[in-house]
Amino acid sequence: MDIFYPIQVIVNWLVYDLLKFSSETVLGEAINFFVYDSIKIFILLLVIIFVVSYIRTYLAPEKIKKFLSKKFEFLGNMGAATIGIFTPFCSCSAVPLFIGFVESGVPLGVTFSYLIAAPLINEVAGALLWGLFGWKIALLYVITGWIIAVSVGFIMGKMKLEKYVEDYVWKIKMNQLKEKKKTRKIRFEEAYKEMKSLIRKVFPYVLIGVGIGAAIHGYAPENFLTRIAGEGNWFAVPLAIIMGIPLYSNAAGVIPIVSSLIEKGLPLGTALAFMMSVVALSLPEIIILRKVIKPKLLAIYVSIVAIGIIFTGYLFNLIL
Amino acid sequence: MKIKILGTGCKKCKELEANVKEAVAELMINADIEKVEDIRDIMIYGVISTPALVIDEKVLSYGKVLSVKEIKEILSK
Repeated sequence: MDIFYPIQVIVNWLVYDLLKFSSETVLGEAINFFVYDSIKIFILLLVIIFVVSYIRTYLAPEKIKKFLSKKFEFLGNMGAATIGIFTPFCSCSAVPLFIGFVESGVPLGVTFSYLIAAPLINEVAGALLWGLFGWKIALLYVITGWIIAVSVGFIMGKMKLEKYVEDYVWKIKMNQLKEKKKTRKIRFEEAYKEMKSLIRKVFPYVLIGVGIGAAIHGYAPENFLTRIAGEGNWFAVPLAIIMGIPLYSNAAGVIPIVSSLIEKGLPLGTALAFMMSVVALSLPEIIILRKVIKPKLLAIYVSIVAIGIIFTGYLFNLIL
Repeated sequence: MKIKILGTGCKKCKELEANVKEAVAELMINADIEKVEDIRDIMIYGVISTPALVIDEKVLSYGKVLSVKEIKEILSK
């Protein structure tokens, strides 16, 4: 049984019995959809962000760079991608992180596995996918994101790209920071604080997204997307990825809209490619990384990630 | 007292700077607040998760925005 079933019962009572909307009308159904999805996503965000933030308190970049600097390939890529699942990524921290990793001897390919996984697999997207598509799709998203991060980083490591890192990066010398001991209480407090601030930041977008999603769910004609973005159109996947790049900051609002578009004929693989592009390839991140790597490496990085996402898109369109 | 805020100029760094200024004003202490934005100067401290708070050349916090209350606790030590 669906663990969210009790919420559906309560929402049905609230919308149909208490507020007296008819379950037969489009409006009633759309409102029910909106209230139910918002509550469900809110609960998932609470739980998932808290758990991920708690795990994160063990993974300060100052600590993980030491771990990743042991020069083992492939295993290193896997480790870096796994840590990337739990760490957030804001475009302003990309540069110090990159330099810190390189300075302490983390191989370039391993650094890129981390740089790909950190934004690509994020807890807010995971929570939304779980809420809107079920846990299987959410898990699929995490696993494919992880595979992309490991393999792209591994390939980049084999390409000998060190010469395309800006020269000054190699000259920076850092002091070692002493790691502060954290008690469990402090970790809980930090996770709680992070959860509060992240939910405050993304939830308005979630509400807007779910609202638009509910309207599409109720009012857009069935299958209206099949013709323009259906499986017959091979360019739908690359197009979806290009459209996703500028939408970075609104991933939380984009995903609920996409979920409604799937009901109207958007293939799941194309949708997944679009959502991955929204979270993984962001314009501010690309611009800021230019400070530490030369244009050629930047181009290689963006193209290989894009190819990985395109591949995922076609693959899921094929198998699902 | 010499307070430095390390950060490349993102939103979180500005929040920390504002909180530090507020804390200093509330405690009415004499402090020199400086914002360090150059990445090379930031890295010297060993910090890779910004923003960070440095007081008299000692790194006291990194990777998070401290609240005014937390900063006051640190400052009054």
